[in-house]
Amino acid sequence: MPKDNGIGASTKRREDVRFLTGKGQYTDDINIHGQTYAYFLRSDVAHGTINSLGTEAASKMPGVLQILTSKDFEAVGGLPCGWQVTDRHGQPMQEPKHPVLAEGKVRHVGDPIAMVVAESLEQARDAAAAIEVDITELDVVMDMKSALADGATKVHDDLSSNLCYDWGFVEENREAVDEAIKNAAHVTTLELVNNRLVANPMEPRVAVGDYNAATDEHTLYTTSQNPHVIRLLMGAFVLGIPEHKLRVVAPDVGGGFGTKIYHYAEEAACTLAAKLCGRPVKWTSSRSEAFVSDAHGRDHVTKIELALDADHKFTAIRTDTYANMGAYLSTFAPSIPTWLHGTLMAGNYTTPLIYVNVKAVFTNTTPVDAYRGAGRPEATFQLERVIDKAARELNVDPAELRRINFIKPEQFPYATPVAVEYDTGNYHATLDKALDMIDASGFEARAAESKANGKLRGLGIAHFIEACGIAPSNLVGQLGARAGLYESATVRVNATGSISVLTGSHSHGQGHETTYPQVVAEMLGIDEGMIDIVHGDTSKTPMGMGTYGSRSIAVGGSAMVRATEKIINKAKKIAAHLLEASEADIELKDGAFSVAGTDKSVAWGDVTLAAYVPHNYPLEDIEPGLEETAFYDPSNFTYPAGAYLCEVEVDPDTGKVDVLEFVAADDFGNVINPMIVYGQVHGGVAQGIGQALLENCAYDENGQLLSGSYMDYTMPRADDLPMFNVDHSCITPCTHNPLGVKGCGEAGAIGSPPAIVNAVIDALHRAGHTHVTHIDMPLTPSRVWAAMNG
Amino acid sequence: MTSVTMTVNGKPVSGDVEGRTLLVQFLREDQKLTGTHVGCDTSQCGACQVHVNGKAVKSCTMLALEADGAEVTTIEGMANADGSLSVIQQAFQDHHGLQCGFCTPGMVMTAAALLKENPKPTEADIRHYLEGNICRCTGYHNIVKAILAASGQDVAQIAAE
Repeated sequence: MPKDNGIGASTKRREDVRFLTGKGQYTDDINIHGQTYAYFLRSDVAHGTINSLGTEAASKMPGVLQILTSKDFEAVGGLPCGWQVTDRHGQPMQEPKHPVLAEGKVRHVGDPIAMVVAESLEQARDAAAAIEVDITELDVVMDMKSALADGATKVHDDLSSNLCYDWGFVEENREAVDEAIKNAAHVTTLELVNNRLVANPMEPRVAVGDYNAATDEHTLYTTSQNPHVIRLLMGAFVLGIPEHKLRVVAPDVGGGFGTKIYHYAEEAACTLAAKLCGRPVKWTSSRSEAFVSDAHGRDHVTKIELALDADHKFTAIRTDTYANMGAYLSTFAPSIPTWLHGTLMAGNYTTPLIYVNVKAVFTNTTPVDAYRGAGRPEATFQLERVIDKAARELNVDPAELRRINFIKPEQFPYATPVAVEYDTGNYHATLDKALDMIDASGFEARAAESKANGKLRGLGIAHFIEACGIAPSNLVGQLGARAGLYESATVRVNATGSISVLTGSHSHGQGHETTYPQVVAEMLGIDEGMIDIVHGDTSKTPMGMGTYGSRSIAVGGSAMVRATEKIINKAKKIAAHLLEASEADIELKDGAFSVAGTDKSVAWGDVTLAAYVPHNYPLEDIEPGLEETAFYDPSNFTYPAGAYLCEVEVDPDTGKVDVLEFVAADDFGNVINPMIVYGQVHGGVAQGIGQALLENCAYDENGQLLSGSYMDYTMPRADDLPMFNVDHSCITPCTHNPLGVKGCGEAGAIGSPPAIVNAVIDALHRAGHTHVTHIDMPLTPSRVWAAMNG
Repeated sequence: MTSVTMTVNGKPVSGDVEGRTLLVQFLREDQKLTGTHVGCDTSQCGACQVHVNGKAVKSCTMLALEADGAEVTTIEGMANADGSLSVIQQAFQDHHGLQCGFCTPGMVMTAAALLKENPKPTEADIRHYLEGNICRCTGYHNIVKAILAASGQDVAQIAAE
């Protein structure tokens, strides 16, 4: 019987009512009295020297209040990078300045050059068009390998080359891996591209700066996944505003997927401009602007080698990747191809020796940073593709080859050769579950039916692991993070027993307003409706690191549990006093405190009232009030894993791929709200199918973005996708957080791309196109057709 | 500036607009009806979908002046008279047909237009009809399910979790 309340219940989302009636409050819905409008003049060339910038005529145009250029930011810092990677030789990465507005050079199409503030957006836009910009175009740096050649044009003149870092992991294993590959019974090699993507949350970015001269207080309303992080980065490193004079509010945010983690130039510019103009300043990104100014994702070029022994056991993996950083280092960019990628190269398998080399490269493109999965999709894709290729070369069933090499349930906790320790898992269970869900035994009959209809049917298998609950601070600090990655929660119990939970995590579609109360309600035995969540405002919530890396429930939820435990402990003391009993005898059940073995009890609301109206209260032992805060910093990442299987049909005449069935069997540990978890997987899988079949962020050789709108960048639409069949009944709870949860936000985007590509390759091989060993994503009809007929 | 008058969610409204003012700007900025969203600038995403004289229209694709004299319905006008969720809105909540909520107003407006034209659509009908609405969160699974449910069809048999 499904639960209808508390942990494990598919409670309907309370936030839906405002979204369904048009009452959501997104950043662009905020309009402040006296508001002005900002428009950014952006570079239309990928690389060039700014010879002159004439703003005089523009500044005299109607309605124009202020034009800002790099000169206005001379006294402040550049946009900071939050992660420093150390290279193979122990040297820090090359870290160029990332100016708020271009200084002397433009380095990618979309690089902001000037900001115009005017009474209306139209006036700001008109004035921007009147700014006289004289730019001498320079040779562009686009291809990563040629960017590293001697004498290559440099994106940053003050760096020694376009190499950000050359990272080796684990460097001590390098020679042993080379040796194992040399001596292997079989080596499968695969070269592939992990295609550049644009996250494309449906709400474009918006920033509204406001300044109160009387109190010297700044407020920034922004579309952020982590307002406290923005306050810290912008306040401390860019504008020099102390935290108590800077409030950052991220209200309803229309999707993030990683791209709203970072501190962007427009946020700092609107904050500063509001002070200079003495008026609120609003900037709303257009979608076209988003394509050139939101951080992009992925963009790896990789060669992976998998060594196997005569029994088909994996003996070593060597992988070399070129990772595109774009023109500047976005907030967390250096960590994505390294610590969020290299550490996952063991996958679900017992491969004893692994060496990962990553060369991060500057190019004249928009900066690249985390996008849903962030490094883990890149690791999973190459691993699951090379395993599939090995299975084909060795004529082994791909499921069986995985089973032979899976870490077995009894081997947990399992320390991988790439520096992480998986706490729990059961990969045989998830693979078996997915094979059952897709009815693998019936595949041949379905393939025959497809063939009769002139279509080529294929079955694709992929398994994945990810490291989620991004933390723990001491570990990420060793790895180069310049911030802590704990999470915070304050549980504020009000006098009549209702509760406000203040969390540093942020909901931008995940449904925290519904799931967090489920947890607290379960712990206290009270109704979910008595509990509300407060998030997204640095003036209200304790310092927290926000939401990304599937960390909300695992880290933020755990903080909330710890704070609620403190509440229970204190409330029991109050109840013991009211019941004239020993605290040790007090039990909390169904929203009432009782004395064990008696019928004496006191209701939740009586205890909370006593805390705030302490007429009869143990004042000598405890303070009045009932409000507790916890900061939770876990001891390890969490490790969700799962099997993603799909069946596709390829039209041999056109190369078009249709996804007919998609199943996902995930182990997310314990699940708070199954309905929401299903939804997270659906969305992730859709993005993964998008990457595999449709989406490609493409530049031409001059650095012009070819896919700069929804006319050119193929977003998955309803008729591109099937119904999904997803399951999370295989549960091995996380052992190191109080809820036993692992996180579910990114899984779908990680596991699905290799499943799709493996299925297409399978379909082609079954049809005799055995020369096709790989097709780079997206598998568009033209690419598939060309591969078949090549 | 030119004066326009129209009926929005049953109420007569008027305002002065420039020739280039889009209907969505008039609704969001003049009428403060911010439930209608702007997600792109190429008439692709459908977040700005409203009904004009009973037909689904992308309000970023129509000038405010073109709507002079029209009956316009936005997401703010879709709930029942007592403020409770309409059948379609309720189905979206029941079947988790929204996550971040940004595309949702457009999805609801499109769903309403579909069910008016085709009261018992198939899954394929729904997916085809949603071609002008992009959602990045849900993978459409639960949107399709919600629309099927809103049409009174049994979704337990049609859609897996």
